[in-house]
Amino acid sequence: MSPILLAIIAVTAIGLICALILAVASHFMSVPVNEKEAAVRECLPGANCGACGFTGCDGYAHALANVPGTKTNLCVPGADAVSKQISEVMGVDFEDVIEQVAFVHCHGDCVNNRDKEEYQGIESCAAANMLYGGRGRCSNGCMGFGDCRKVCPHGAICIENRIAHIDTRKCVGCGLCAKACPNHLITLFPDVRRVVVTCSNHDKGAVVRRKCSNGCIACGKCARNCPAEAITIVDNLAVIDYDKCINCGTCEANCPVHAIKFADFSGKHRFSN
Amino acid sequence: MSESLKLLLKIIMTSVLVNNYVLNKFLGICPFLGVSKKFDQASGMGIAVIFVMLLATAVTWPIQHFLLDRFELGYLQTIVFILVIAALVQFVEIALKKYIPALHKSLGVYLPLITTNCAVLGVTINNITDGYNFLQSMVSSLGVGLGFLLAMVLFAGVRGRMEEADPPKAFRGVPITLVAASIVSLAFYGFGGIISGIFGE
Repeated sequence: MSPILLAIIAVTAIGLICALILAVASHFMSVPVNEKEAAVRECLPGANCGACGFTGCDGYAHALANVPGTKTNLCVPGADAVSKQISEVMGVDFEDVIEQVAFVHCHGDCVNNRDKEEYQGIESCAAANMLYGGRGRCSNGCMGFGDCRKVCPHGAICIENRIAHIDTRKCVGCGLCAKACPNHLITLFPDVRRVVVTCSNHDKGAVVRRKCSNGCIACGKCARNCPAEAITIVDNLAVIDYDKCINCGTCEANCPVHAIKFADFSGKHRFSN
Repeated sequence: MSESLKLLLKIIMTSVLVNNYVLNKFLGICPFLGVSKKFDQASGMGIAVIFVMLLATAVTWPIQHFLLDRFELGYLQTIVFILVIAALVQFVEIALKKYIPALHKSLGVYLPLITTNCAVLGVTINNITDGYNFLQSMVSSLGVGLGFLLAMVLFAGVRGRMEEADPPKAFRGVPITLVAASIVSLAFYGFGGIISGIFGE
């Protein structure tokens, strides 16, 4: 037999054997793909933000298809449109998505929160925070280097006077900024509430007063006057329970340091002082 | 220590440290640069590579010795090896998906990436070229895989530090990564004399 013929036969035979094994394997060892899961995955936006509480869109689709009772309204960026699509695929009733928005709980800008050091390092909150807790006197406050702005996929965050502001008209509530903030100043809450505590400092009143003219001094006036008893003082800081809050604005009117504000959430606060 | 065991130890040490495939032979650079951003991804990729290298060697060594050599078809080595390794990895992926879903979940994403990775092909061909027997070939593959894992993990650490650094704008991204890779590679030249030092040759 000529060597060329032998070579052709050998390679063809090996190829055929491999193909045969693969064909047999894919037939006998095939894992049934859940059609519903694939259909649900198609509906999701694919941002993999994790706001639903699962590991990315694939994880949520898997849970929806395989875990009974998984809610269809967990996708915050997709909002009502996606929830509606998922409900159609799953054949369940449509549930309204409670849209969430992020808010930066600090208003110690360069006027209120004076510097204790001159920082000349990398323009990053994470890096600045490692050096004596940031350049401002208040080590709990916003450092204004914009780590949150860098991760925001929708360009909803701007830095004004070294404080991050989040524009709710653009914010989809994915919560990436909350994870990026080294001081954990950003929280998410339902987009129906309008009253916020703009301070995150846990120091005692007198200490806060020396550091920042905007800080919560934990006087408790808001807690005493709240008709819904929604405010408590935790670790020298007023905390609003948004499940109880009725949005009346009594706390804002009573706060002596104007640390509680009515915010229109469009990037600038509506100042009442 | 018996002579053969000493030889096996020498093979494994050489392939991990001195002849590191990534840092010394520059094979498998694509996953080295592509999947080394995060530590867990890098180690997952490294383990997948060890797995595939061992399997590939276990299949290609008999093919070389009982098929290609016997019919004097040595010149078909490259094409046959690529064919067999690609089919094998596909088969393993299907089998893992069916029988060991947990393992498939951790290795699955990396397997298709390394079906015809040059480091995998390189180790199978080099085992033949170096004239190793079957056991020596397997040990050599294990060593090369461990070396790959080591390089990946080390470089993932280096890249983690680079995230914090602030290089000039022109160097950001790929350029600084390549510079860092070459420095890590240079560092591995320090292992140059270690084998003759330990085994006294």
